[in-house]
Amino acid sequence: MLRFIVRRLLQAVLVMFIVSALLFAWLRSLPGGPVDSLLGERATPASRAALSKQLGMDQPLLVQYWHFLDNMVHGRFGTSTQVQTGADALHIFFQRLPATVELSIVAIVIALATAIPLGYFAAKRHGGLLDTGSVVLSLIGVAVPVFFLAFVLKYVFAIKLGWLPPSGRQSADLDATRVTNFYVLDGLLTREYDASWDAIKHLILPAIALASIPFAVIFRITRASVLEVLHEDYVRTAESKGLTARIIRGRHVLHNAMLPVVTTIGLQVGGLLTGAVLTETVFAYPGLGDALAQAFSQRDYSVLQVLITMAALGYVLVNLLVDIAYAIIDPRIRTR
Amino acid sequence: MTTAAPAKTETLLAVRDLVVEFGGRGRPTFRAVDGVSFDVRPGQTVGLVGESGCGKSVTSLAIMGLLPKRGNKVAGSATYDGTDLLTLDDREMRDHRGRDIAMIFQDPLSSLNPVVSIGVQVAEVLQRHRGMKKSTAIAESRDLLDQVGIPDPARRLKEYPHQLSGGMRQRALIAMALACKPRLLIADEPTTALDVTIQAQILNLLKELVVDSGTALIMITHDLGVVAGLCDEVNVLYGGRIVETASRHEVFARPRHPYTTGLLGSIPRLDGSRSEQLAAIPGSVADNIPWTSGCAFAPRCSRALEVCRSEAPPLEQDPTAMEEHTLRCHNPNPAEGGEPA
Repeated sequence: MLRFIVRRLLQAVLVMFIVSALLFAWLRSLPGGPVDSLLGERATPASRAALSKQLGMDQPLLVQYWHFLDNMVHGRFGTSTQVQTGADALHIFFQRLPATVELSIVAIVIALATAIPLGYFAAKRHGGLLDTGSVVLSLIGVAVPVFFLAFVLKYVFAIKLGWLPPSGRQSADLDATRVTNFYVLDGLLTREYDASWDAIKHLILPAIALASIPFAVIFRITRASVLEVLHEDYVRTAESKGLTARIIRGRHVLHNAMLPVVTTIGLQVGGLLTGAVLTETVFAYPGLGDALAQAFSQRDYSVLQVLITMAALGYVLVNLLVDIAYAIIDPRIRTR
Repeated sequence: MTTAAPAKTETLLAVRDLVVEFGGRGRPTFRAVDGVSFDVRPGQTVGLVGESGCGKSVTSLAIMGLLPKRGNKVAGSATYDGTDLLTLDDREMRDHRGRDIAMIFQDPLSSLNPVVSIGVQVAEVLQRHRGMKKSTAIAESRDLLDQVGIPDPARRLKEYPHQLSGGMRQRALIAMALACKPRLLIADEPTTALDVTIQAQILNLLKELVVDSGTALIMITHDLGVVAGLCDEVNVLYGGRIVETASRHEVFARPRHPYTTGLLGSIPRLDGSRSEQLAAIPGSVADNIPWTSGCAFAPRCSRALEVCRSEAPPLEQDPTAMEEHTLRCHNPNPAEGGEPA
């Protein structure tokens, strides 16, 4: 098991190295370039040359790449030029991270808590009303664009009905104490429960929008996987032993059916940032997705670089965790 | 048996006119089991013999209540110890399965849960039916694995199905089936998926643990060699009906039904000449005609008469037999021609 983890970790390092090379190539090939974005189009050739030299852009590409890697490994991503001018790019990342993590956790909890039970019962009553209904629901989930669903939710529940707040992370007039920058957690730690509740209310709509695709995908995989497992000989063996329905469901059906689902969960968690860009923009939710959208449209290279690197790192880490989880639940991988 | 022969001793399981139909949802209904009746007495070993598709496995699954509920119709009765199993609801049936009646299956690898250790898979039966705590059940499981001849049982408890050999997997399944000392065991082709050398070991194990301990056994097989080694009584099935029933000795000495002789004739013999061809039964079960339009075996039968194609023969006592021997045939083999033609 330890060897397995070490091998996966080494693979993760290799993946990050490749990502850094791609990112470097991509940032360098963006039209405009950092000099233009800093000095504007009417800068003199002399000042351009001076800034190029200062940024090290007059040196050979390989040397530039080496500096790029060296800076990245040491956490030096430079300062933000647009999103939050003058602030350290890595600092912006850490400042925004709790908001997106909080949103992602709620979204994935919503997705899992609905998709897995629904997938199981849909398969169990294959062809029934529940099955047909939830398949249609999941089709809607994958087919409706996230930003559109976000707009509809916002319009109906925040603007028309006024049940939930339309934007932000917390009402500004609350003046809540900050500890970890995870607002729900902060409220619990400081016993300002109204602050927690307010933060939760701000999370519900964006989280539902963000959960729509993971829900649909996880539901479909769970349903297909349970359908397959229900026809396995070992489920018949379990039935022939007279075991209770609960044990058969948990130990014999779901445990086996979860194997493909776990892989899917990993991919979906990794992909949450994509959805977060859209959801956070619609709900003016100050997280990483919102920062990424701004950095993109305003050509803030330092912020783009830190966000993309961290997104890749997050993706790699999540999949590392998935591989470990997979080995834990499937002895055929663990004991090979 | 339509001939209402009085039971010699008490019956453990009495199957009467069992009918299983598959269908529903626009598919034509298919009658997989068509009025099967037989008895199992305590400690007796009864064989259900026939080719694949003859209804032998479906019969056992119907008795166990393991057929999918939807689209299937089960009629008749299967009385175990005074209770008709076919009338029980799901919960009551769960109490019987694994405790009173257990079952072992054909392919030991696919019949074991790949992600649960052998120990837990044995122990869960004990926890369920004998109310044991997990630790007690695991300790008992170790003894059970030992009894079925698995070496180093303490280590095997923690292992998973893919780490065991085929023979050991089948032994583990037998341990699970015997964990609660059931009074009836149904073995559905338990040796078919195993190497020949292992087959003999498993059969010996069954003989030793089941037959010698007084557990009744329904042995489902297509292999008359298995029947010869184990069964007291043999029911030969064809097309969902019993075509011949007799004691093991009687079946091998005086097979009357042409299908039974066909099964016997297709066993290779060591003392036969090498140029001699194996006597195969022509055609396949796919040529089945329903019993409503004559004898289902008639299209493949070498002794078929005109009447066989129009009228289904009833199951009757063989008048030439000295003991109980029923068969369903218009034109059986001559009574004295004991050896297969």
